[in-house]
Amino acid sequence: MVTIIILDGLNYAANLFLVSVGLTFVYGVLRILNISHGALYALGAYMATWLTLLLLKVGLPDILTYFTLLVGAIIIGLVFGPLIERLALRRIYGSDIHIQLLLTYSILLILDDLMKLVWGTDPLFVSEPYSFIGMFEVSGILYPWYNILLMGVAVVFGSFLIWLVRRTRFGKIVVSVIYDREISAAMGVNVGLIFTVAFSIGAFSAALGGAFIAPTIAVVPGFAIEVVVMAFAVIAIGGLGSLEGAALGALIVGLARATSIHLFAELELVVIYLIMVLVLAFLPKGLFGEVEERRI
Amino acid sequence: MKSKLGVLIVSALLLLAPLVVPTWTVFILTKALFMFIAVLGVTMLLRGGQVTFGHALFYATGTYTVGFSVKWFGFREALVLVPVGALTGLIMAALVGLIMARYRGVFFAMLNLAFSMILYAVLLKFYRFSGGTDGLATGVATLAGIPIRGSSFTFYYFSLVIAGLATFVVSRFLASPVGHFLTALGENEIRIEYTGESARRVLYKTYVLGGGLAGVSGVLAAFTVGHVVPEDAFWLQSGEFVFVALLGGFESVAGALMGAVVFEFIQTYTSKFFPYAWQLVLGGIMLLVILLRPGGLFAIYESIVHWLRPKKEGGGHE
Repeated sequence: MVTIIILDGLNYAANLFLVSVGLTFVYGVLRILNISHGALYALGAYMATWLTLLLLKVGLPDILTYFTLLVGAIIIGLVFGPLIERLALRRIYGSDIHIQLLLTYSILLILDDLMKLVWGTDPLFVSEPYSFIGMFEVSGILYPWYNILLMGVAVVFGSFLIWLVRRTRFGKIVVSVIYDREISAAMGVNVGLIFTVAFSIGAFSAALGGAFIAPTIAVVPGFAIEVVVMAFAVIAIGGLGSLEGAALGALIVGLARATSIHLFAELELVVIYLIMVLVLAFLPKGLFGEVEERRI
Repeated sequence: MKSKLGVLIVSALLLLAPLVVPTWTVFILTKALFMFIAVLGVTMLLRGGQVTFGHALFYATGTYTVGFSVKWFGFREALVLVPVGALTGLIMAALVGLIMARYRGVFFAMLNLAFSMILYAVLLKFYRFSGGTDGLATGVATLAGIPIRGSSFTFYYFSLVIAGLATFVVSRFLASPVGHFLTALGENEIRIEYTGESARRVLYKTYVLGGGLAGVSGVLAAFTVGHVVPEDAFWLQSGEFVFVALLGGFESVAGALMGAVVFEFIQTYTSKFFPYAWQLVLGGIMLLVILLRPGGLFAIYESIVHWLRPKKEGGGHE
């Protein structure tokens, strides 16, 4: 029982981390809470599933489906990241928070409907990546290897992002842009380009989450908003803008949710919000949040 | 809507409208009126620099007040249920507001969304109690004992009276010291506290008033539409409120009314010509308003007035 709770918990945590890490990354760099993140996640799920199904029909071997899932996510990141940042977000940096929220919200509305128009309202489902690696037995229960793979994807991608920000030249430039846009620009940094790249990385990570979670669920329209609310809860617990915070928040919520599902099933729905409200009541900036100066 | 003349013209238009326009539009105008009442709360919060993506929470509280009243007691008296809806909306907002008044910006927006989604899920899940996806039928309202249909002229005028009262209350609130502090909330919170007022209390009062108005709106909506469904609490409903507030321009009460009327017609024509692209239309218009005309319809109206009378001061400037 305990093993299963821990495994389920880690699996939820991996899901939640993949869903939320891009949101916190974008917030960290652009200081914008990107509500359309949920739609990018759903787009990633649709694109990856659709692409994989298409290629399976023409005889793609099952083992390559993992690769096509990744390609689907990359396409979404490369197309929608620059598109949204250049056409819309660029015009509202420095606007009031409510304008930024409303703008990204309207992008979510548009993308959510576009997906229905393109892929219809029937669920899309690709099972090959899930069934290909099969199951293993743990304390008398069959457990899918795919869930373990998902944890691996979360750990690798999370480490990659942390490495990118902490250990590379690009990361140093991003940090300098976060601290002072004007000085960075004066030093010759192309701040606009950094923003586009950073947002595209965020869009890609949303799509990646969607792409790799898609084989475990049926992809149906209209889950974009739930995803962004859940992702927000996770990063609010961890502290907005913190990558480690997103990981810790995902772990806390994942384990709590698994525990509540196995022990008190009625609580499942609200457990994530309960934790969020509890954490925020005592630590308004989350666990890893930086203290912001109040405006005077 | 500072000038008395403007108030008179708008009231006259709304009073005479049903006599002039085709009958089917009376229903749409009634919908615009309850939309307007709910949006007032969102507009006030936007004035304080706060967005809520969960205002449908209180609207659904109002609609289900009617739903349960009809289901359990068979009681449909609009004259009683409107104040009761205001009360349930107020109570709900007073409770949720205790948490919400602590937060600003993204936290305020997202927590509101989270709470409304919890209510939506509860309404869906406890179907024995709430009717699940089917919702509850409300039947025909009675007004002082006489049955009136939701699409009738009488109900339109009844809604108009309620909308008038709501406008009055909100105008008084905005003109009060708390209302002025509310505008300051969006600008600079610390300065409010320098004066000795609590920013949290200002937001709380606004929030509770907005909740009560949404409750009233829900009661009128339940009778106009004839049934209540969990979608009343859905995020898309909250999104429509935000859309109307933004479309009208949240600097004024009149903006919300303009936004609501235009919204209802956009919705009617969209569902006729692009039935599967409702969110697309909403989002697209919203995007354009934000990028091109952040003041909304009211700002456009003001600039037209200004342009027509270049020598004088523009009409409704604050």
